[in-house]
Amino acid sequence: MQTPKTGADVETAVREFIAENYLFGAGPESISDTDSFLAQGIINSMGVLELITFLENTYDIKVGDDEVVPDNLDSVRQVAAYVRRKLGSPGNNGTGSGHAG
Amino acid sequence: MRVEKLLEASAARHPDKVALVTDEARVTYAELNATADRLAGALRRRGVGRGDRVVVMLDNSVETVATLFATLKAGAVFSVMNPTTKGEKLAYVLNNCRAAAVVTQERLLPVVAGAVAQAPSVGATVVAGSAAEPAVRGGVGLHAALDEAPAAPAAPVGGEGIDQDLAMVIYTSGSTGSPKGVMMAHSNILCATRSVAQYLELTPDDVLLCVLPLSFGYGLNQIFTSCLVGGTVVLEKSFAYPAATLQKFERERVTGFALVPTIAAILLMRNLTPGQFPNLRYITNAAAALPPAHIARLREVFPSTRLYSMYGQTECTRTLFLPPDQLDVRPGSIGKAIPNTEAWIVDETGRRVGPGEVGELVVRGGHVMRGYWENPEATERALRPGPTPGERVLHSGDLFRADDEGFLYFVSRKDDIIKTRGEKVSPKEVENVLYDLPGVREAAVIGVPDPILGQAIRAVVVLAEDGCLTDRQIIAHCGRHLEDFMVPRSVEFRAELPKTDSGKIRRTEVQAEALRALEAAAPA
Repeated sequence: MQTPKTGADVETAVREFIAENYLFGAGPESISDTDSFLAQGIINSMGVLELITFLENTYDIKVGDDEVVPDNLDSVRQVAAYVRRKLGSPGNNGTGSGHAG
Repeated sequence: MRVEKLLEASAARHPDKVALVTDEARVTYAELNATADRLAGALRRRGVGRGDRVVVMLDNSVETVATLFATLKAGAVFSVMNPTTKGEKLAYVLNNCRAAAVVTQERLLPVVAGAVAQAPSVGATVVAGSAAEPAVRGGVGLHAALDEAPAAPAAPVGGEGIDQDLAMVIYTSGSTGSPKGVMMAHSNILCATRSVAQYLELTPDDVLLCVLPLSFGYGLNQIFTSCLVGGTVVLEKSFAYPAATLQKFERERVTGFALVPTIAAILLMRNLTPGQFPNLRYITNAAAALPPAHIARLREVFPSTRLYSMYGQTECTRTLFLPPDQLDVRPGSIGKAIPNTEAWIVDETGRRVGPGEVGELVVRGGHVMRGYWENPEATERALRPGPTPGERVLHSGDLFRADDEGFLYFVSRKDDIIKTRGEKVSPKEVENVLYDLPGVREAAVIGVPDPILGQAIRAVVVLAEDGCLTDRQIIAHCGRHLEDFMVPRSVEFRAELPKTDSGKIRRTEVQAEALRALEAAAPA
């Protein structure tokens, strides 16, 4: 298993994940930090599940049931802030050691 | 009676009752009806008349529902498209039904404008969320169109319609790869709507939560049954954020929830407390069977909620339901015919078969479609002479068997249509897209078991000698040309595919090989 990434550049990692899996041609630069994944039709409900799996595997965090809300997951900026909170929070079960950016 | 009367009657009976709740708005029956009246006027001003087709491609929203009723009030026929439909297919549909108008939204304009450019019949394109004049033939913002329209309903161009007129044409996957337009008259829709409302015992106190797209007959049925009884629909754009949707169960006191197996699977991934949703009177499942483990788990989490297993298809909306009290007795059954319809099983020669024998399900009732739009061959295969003179019954294409008490059990499709995420996918339609990709020499598209999707789409591909495509490139190509649910989830590369003597790829053999490989790999 790969070493968990830190929270240093979550934006780039998320943008690349979305571009590779859902944009079908447009590059990562075509998503702005605040584009709504759902309202812009970038990902659908299966995509949200896959994004969660990607975050859990990449950052070694556990996304709780009640954390699956648009405020945490619906844009590059929201995902980055959420991941940094998880990595920085002492309650996180994972071994992620990134620092809040 | 016509379908728009459902809305008009509820608006007259209880104008101030909330008809529709979305993230953006709460609208009463009077408001929804008034918006639909104005929009009908706007469509008429733009040349939409009796019997014309209006293609609707919108996310679930108040505008979508208003557009459906507005189209009917204008005497026209709606066709709802999945919002992830790509340009080529939309252009095919616009040309196939010779649409007079399109109603869409700002976000989808790039796709829609490209398709409209290829469809000369389209005279008006109404765009929700667009302030300026949208750059598309006949383009007008929805609000601008409403502002200039008369508030009072005008008579439809071409005269008042009757219930034998077409109300909708819904495109569904055909085994040839080209989508077929299922034609439903007003009377067909009303027959299904009344039957469903009857067995679900719907009342004006019901609050239905709908996360299904309205391009799906099951989603549309939520709107029509609720309007029939004067209930409320909580309309969600998707089930992507279950926590947010589940909060609405409590806040809106939801009493009815329509799901497909994929939604059940996502729902049951969560930690739910039994008895958490005391208002929820019933759950319905359709589109594909729930796995027995999910039925058991739903019963545990929703102990006071009735669970209805149902079966239907676009061609008649709904055919069967299992009364909830039978679920423990025969959990694998999807029941018997819904009220005011008949269903039976026939063999290849059309003879009715006895209990235990497998045959094709035949459906008889006022809800059976008028046929496929301008496709007499497909219509003749599906609709055949019925027991009374002039009547036609629907040959469903689904194989069933019955038990000794007449309860029906789904066996399989007759053709190779794949059911994924509750949607029907024609392997041929996906294969046609694969063959457009240089480097693909042969392709077979199959369904493989998936815990969430039911079946997941897999592309089995033989590359040309100089082909060097990756699975990501193949999936990306499909993603650019197909609706999201049709895009393969995985790609398998082969050196060759099994073929018949005449050189036709044996898709069923590819499917069987994949299943055997999965079984061999599964832990004992």
